[in-house]
Amino acid sequence: MKAFKGFVIKEFYHIFRDYRTMLILFGIPIAQVILFGYIITTEINEAGVAVLDNSKDAVTREIQNQMLASGFFKITAQLSSETEIESIFRKGIAKEVIVFGANFEENLRKGEGSDLQIVADASDANVANLLVSYTTAIVQNYNRQQMADMQIPMQIEPRVRMYYNPELKGVYFFVPGIMSVILMLISAMMTSVSIAREKEMGNMEILLVSPLRPIQIIIGKLMPYFLLSFVNAVSVISLGWLVFDVPVNGSIVLLLAESMLFITLALSLGLLISSVAASQQVAMFISMLGLMLPTILLSGFIYPTENMPLWLELISYAMPPKYYIIIAKDIMLKGVGLRYLWPETLVLLGMTLFFLIVASKKFKIRLS
Amino acid sequence: MNNRSIEIVELNKRYGTIQAIKNINLTIQTGELFGLVGPDGAGKTTLIRILTTLLLADSGKASVNKLDVVKNYKQLREQIGYMPGRFSLYMDLSVEENLAFFATIFGTSIQENYDLIKPIYSQIEAFKTRKAGALSGGMKQKLALSCALIHRPKVLFLDEPTTGVDAVSRVEFWEMLKELKNTGITILVSTPYMDEAELCDRVALMQNGEILSIESPDELKNNFPHDLWYIKAENQYKLLQILRTWEKTYSAHGFGQSIHFVSQDSQMKEDEIRQFLESKTCKIQRIMRIGASIEDCFMELMNQPKKA
Repeated sequence: MKAFKGFVIKEFYHIFRDYRTMLILFGIPIAQVILFGYIITTEINEAGVAVLDNSKDAVTREIQNQMLASGFFKITAQLSSETEIESIFRKGIAKEVIVFGANFEENLRKGEGSDLQIVADASDANVANLLVSYTTAIVQNYNRQQMADMQIPMQIEPRVRMYYNPELKGVYFFVPGIMSVILMLISAMMTSVSIAREKEMGNMEILLVSPLRPIQIIIGKLMPYFLLSFVNAVSVISLGWLVFDVPVNGSIVLLLAESMLFITLALSLGLLISSVAASQQVAMFISMLGLMLPTILLSGFIYPTENMPLWLELISYAMPPKYYIIIAKDIMLKGVGLRYLWPETLVLLGMTLFFLIVASKKFKIRLS
Repeated sequence: MNNRSIEIVELNKRYGTIQAIKNINLTIQTGELFGLVGPDGAGKTTLIRILTTLLLADSGKASVNKLDVVKNYKQLREQIGYMPGRFSLYMDLSVEENLAFFATIFGTSIQENYDLIKPIYSQIEAFKTRKAGALSGGMKQKLALSCALIHRPKVLFLDEPTTGVDAVSRVEFWEMLKELKNTGITILVSTPYMDEAELCDRVALMQNGEILSIESPDELKNNFPHDLWYIKAENQYKLLQILRTWEKTYSAHGFGQSIHFVSQDSQMKEDEIRQFLESKTCKIQRIMRIGASIEDCFMELMNQPKKA
């Protein structure tokens, strides 16, 4: 036991003395949360809009005011003819042009219906879609306000409510994903690299010759990274909460317990990688390509797996982060408990056991 | 004291198509300082790794301290010290931390066995807070030896401990091995340097996975079967060329600034050599009879056709 303790202490020396390890351990998680939180956002904020107002009456002014007041738009140009639209888009002054037809207010009062055209720059399809739907919503809202006085008997009025994320904040969605990426990266990559380093430098020879049992070497290697990854999980959750107001509606204890399970899974994957990688470079390469990309692309972190072609969707079921993301999202945003999350938890548990057993079996008690 | 410390019987190991060691039979006594001498690729490291339980032999048996290297590897690992050929300390740990680490994983402490490592460790103790990566080659080697000894092993395996170390440190290192031997520890050391073989109690000359001979350095040299001539000329290269084309030459090898020459005619006199060389316009500086060195013996054994 004393031998084991000495081994773990040595492992901590390695980590704390190497500034690159420290940077990866603590710099990357913080940078990722902040970058993803601020940059990858699906929200619209003061998008440039140009207006071609052929009517210039009270109603068109009111609609423009409501758009401005929403905070989503800012009017960057007033046009005088349709021929200007193209050049506005080309110059990048506006992403959307709103064209009010002539006699807008008059036609509205007469009940003949007014012409309102929305022209969007669809070179960025997602943004164009969002702009159009936001604009439509504002116009309809105005419409409804006017109708309210007129008492139209039959009318279907959908009331939309966005559950769990009423403001549709992107960061709510990303924090669980980032957690899975960070835990995967730190746990798997760092352990595989650190075991590969022992092999590369010839230290493994002495460790094997020593009375340390293989299981002690394995656990001694995993434990420091387990603790540090756990610290990381806690700091990502707190950072999300403090900086981006991402809530933890469910049990924080359950969330941390599930995180520990996921960390163990990633660590055993790292162990498995190290048993096939003879050098630090190879270990790094396998972790990056084999774990990082699938974690980001196939786990449902950024792109929903349901929309993928069937074969990719099937592959995504084999990605451990997929289950962790579901669990973390459900606990943080929906606030559900283990009663609803046991299938995912069981899958993670099964995968962890599988990798741990395979990795331990593959760990060599001799050279080659 | 006539105990057998290491016993090897009919040991074979093959890597793919390469036979790393062939039919090795070897017995080493307790307390012996035994040298495995041979060029790179002779099979020294493979043999040591099998004995230290790091590799499995394809066939044959080996035991250290009566413990089988395969069956009893766990027990055995507690009794042996091993210093691999590659520098195996942690560069980012200080001298003292390295030593303390190896002490704890072997279940002991620096204080407990300080007396054993003191002659070696005291030389680097002044630098104990320095990182191992910042030590000189000779100091790294002393630290590695201290680490291999810290758990008071019964048998010490050193794989080319002096490769890549300066001449002064090499001499110092062998002094330390002599001292260690006096404590009763069995030492198996491999080296590519022939001059170091002279410092062992017995040496096994190895080549291409085979042991060519197992003798004490003196026996080995005394058993050299020929008269050996030391010849030095102004133009060494020319001298070697001439000797190699002489029909009476048995062997001629360059040794530093001179040539070691053996004639096919065991009755050959100095004058005959001198006359022949002068007839070839070779300016001789020195000719004399000398005793064989280990290297001469090794060259001789290498050239011999395999004995049945």
